Amino acid sequence: MTRRDKTFLAIISILIILALLVVLPINKGILGKRGIQLGLDLQGGAHLIYQADLSQVESGTGAEAVNGAIAVIEKRVNALGVSEPSIQRLGEDRIVVDLPGITEMEKAKKLIGQTAILEFGELMEEGEGEAKWTDDLGNWKPTTAVVDGEEKELTSAHFKENTYVTTDNLGRVILVFEWDDTGSKMFEQITTRLMNKPLGIFLGNQPLLGEDGRPIAPIVRSVITNRGQIEGLSYKEATELSKLLNAGRIPVPLNLIREQTLSPILGSTFVSKSVMAGIIGLILVMLFMMIYYRLPGVVASGALMFYVSVVLAIFKTIPVTLSLAGIGGFVVSIGMAVDANVLIFERMKEELRLGRTLAAAVDAGFSRAWPAIRDSNITTFIATGILYWLGSSVIASAPVMGFALTLTIGVAISMLTAITVTRTMLRTLIGTGLAQKTSLFTVYSGKGND
Amino acid sequence: MINIVGKRLWFLLVLWVVILFGVIPLAIFGLKPGVEFTSGSVLTVKFEQTVTESDLKQEVIGTGYPEAIIQQTGGGTFLIRTKELTGEEKTALESALTTRFGALTETEFDSVSPLVAMETTRNTVIAIGIACVGMALYIALAFRKMPNPFRCGTCAVIGLVHDILIPIGVFSILGRTLGWQINLMFITGILAVVGYSINNNVVVFDRIRENLRKGISRDFATVVNHSVVETLSRCFNTSLTTILTVLALLLFVGASIQNFAVVLLIGIIAGTFSSTCIAPNLLIIWEKGEWGGLFRRRPLPAKSQ
Repeated sequence: MTRRDKTFLAIISILIILALLVVLPINKGILGKRGIQLGLDLQGGAHLIYQADLSQVESGTGAEAVNGAIAVIEKRVNALGVSEPSIQRLGEDRIVVDLPGITEMEKAKKLIGQTAILEFGELMEEGEGEAKWTDDLGNWKPTTAVVDGEEKELTSAHFKENTYVTTDNLGRVILVFEWDDTGSKMFEQITTRLMNKPLGIFLGNQPLLGEDGRPIAPIVRSVITNRGQIEGLSYKEATELSKLLNAGRIPVPLNLIREQTLSPILGSTFVSKSVMAGIIGLILVMLFMMIYYRLPGVVASGALMFYVSVVLAIFKTIPVTLSLAGIGGFVVSIGMAVDANVLIFERMKEELRLGRTLAAAVDAGFSRAWPAIRDSNITTFIATGILYWLGSSVIASAPVMGFALTLTIGVAISMLTAITVTRTMLRTLIGTGLAQKTSLFTVYSGKGND
Repeated sequence: MINIVGKRLWFLLVLWVVILFGVIPLAIFGLKPGVEFTSGSVLTVKFEQTVTESDLKQEVIGTGYPEAIIQQTGGGTFLIRTKELTGEEKTALESALTTRFGALTETEFDSVSPLVAMETTRNTVIAIGIACVGMALYIALAFRKMPNPFRCGTCAVIGLVHDILIPIGVFSILGRTLGWQINLMFITGILAVVGYSINNNVVVFDRIRENLRKGISRDFATVVNHSVVETLSRCFNTSLTTILTVLALLLFVGASIQNFAVVLLIGIIAGTFSSTCIAPNLLIIWEKGEWGGLFRRRPLPAKSQ
């Protein structure tokens, strides 16, 4: 053993201990909650893609509007209490929302997609043009006021983001809000004009309905400036509305263009099944290598164990979120990872048949096999690179991206383990008695170059 | 030594048979694209009571989805494929089904808008196109020191087309008989096969390059035969270990990666054959200018030992 081999051996030992420490923490599972992150398909949840409608937005401010929408969705999702949500921009005008483990899907969708703006209206006179809203009380149009010489519609855009829900001294639930400067000026004008008339409140093109199922349209009794309150909502509805208002308004309309939801029950069975597939696959590959290549096969199996623990440690540190396809990619990569070893061993066998010593055969095997290992694995990188692009382009498909990522990491690490771990272990064997028995390398004396 | 290159014109015939095997079912049956490529919704529900497929179909059609496709996936679980459903429409459909068949659990819901489906299809075609061209260019670059690098690239890509046509042909038949759909996992499998197939070719070509440099024979066919035979056990062994892991996935996990695993399984077997028997032989035919031999009554006597 040369000095270089000793150093390598030391580095490999340290790496494997580190990897095992990362992968197998005490009191934590390998996969799942506190282990390697699992994708939506394995832990259940929702994958939603929204398309922002930028047609009403001034050109050049689209990105700002989409980012604004993302910030608002983040606040709303946090209010929903989902653990580890992910909200990301996809391309120019799309937003991907991943909600792991969510069960109340419809509620979540309603909460996320809402533009959440309260609009205020006044009743229209007979024959006064087209109504924006209609309910039991009659036809409504948006109520307006003139501020700085400009006529504006009154909406919750002028609320300060500090609304809260409380009960008044009669025990009724009230949602309290404050107007900003413009809102105050407008509300003063409007309450003056609508004295003793109803003020309609609308949410998402529908009249805001109270607990009793009737539209909430309070009669204006006095001139109000800086603040107001909404009565008649149930406590639950008022709280949700308050949260929405405080999270701010989504600046652009959002359309749901892709929706995928999976129940958590379905995913959990796949986790144990795929772990099983991985273990069986690993054992089969190791058995094959040991039976076919004997001693080098044992070395390759050792390298494969090293490979598995290092890759899992990398998944956990980056961290890579494992979807079912990602695990599939990893399991397949176990089969592919021995490729570099196979290439090297086949070369070694040829060299041994030519009558070289083990030391010479190992070195020749590695140096001759290297160009093939390098050039052939690059094709896998090209394929996985294209796959990653495909997965990330339109649909943010976690399975496709996950597969591409795990296979790329797997192939890269397998190249490294073959040229470091396998090589060092084989060189360590040189000089021991085993090295003299060529039968352990499945090369029998007398069987020359055919 | 096994003579693989001697029967090269026969292998070329196999190539044609395979291409026809892939193309004919594809032309007759086509592929059955999933919602990702056609848009629409797939609702997976599990009923607690026994429900028959025909009763369910009747109910779904009665609720206003005459185009719905119902598929039983085992137990009381059904896939209901319809046009793209909104949240309200889905709730309405589920409550109609609950009224008729009793309690149900929604295990999966997948909905794709036409815009997304169109873009996904477009990008998939682009991805496969770039992959094929990229691989040909890469091989030409990696083997730039060979006499005709672009011939290597082209032969490898012809082998690649062979490798992906077989799974496509099989899926076309499976789509017709068992209703298997093409989804993104299928495409993932195809692209993985693309990488795998070229990977094998590189190993074989690398050996040809090395043996040419060593000058083991003046006859190109002999050099190629030597190289293929020398890399044979490597190609089989790596394919075998990969097949072992793919089989483990297929048998233990199945479900949503079934498509992917089946494509990979077929593609790996095809790839092992094409990289040992098709691509190298094509290269000889091209280098020796034997294309004309294809049209003669008797193939040229192949020279090899």
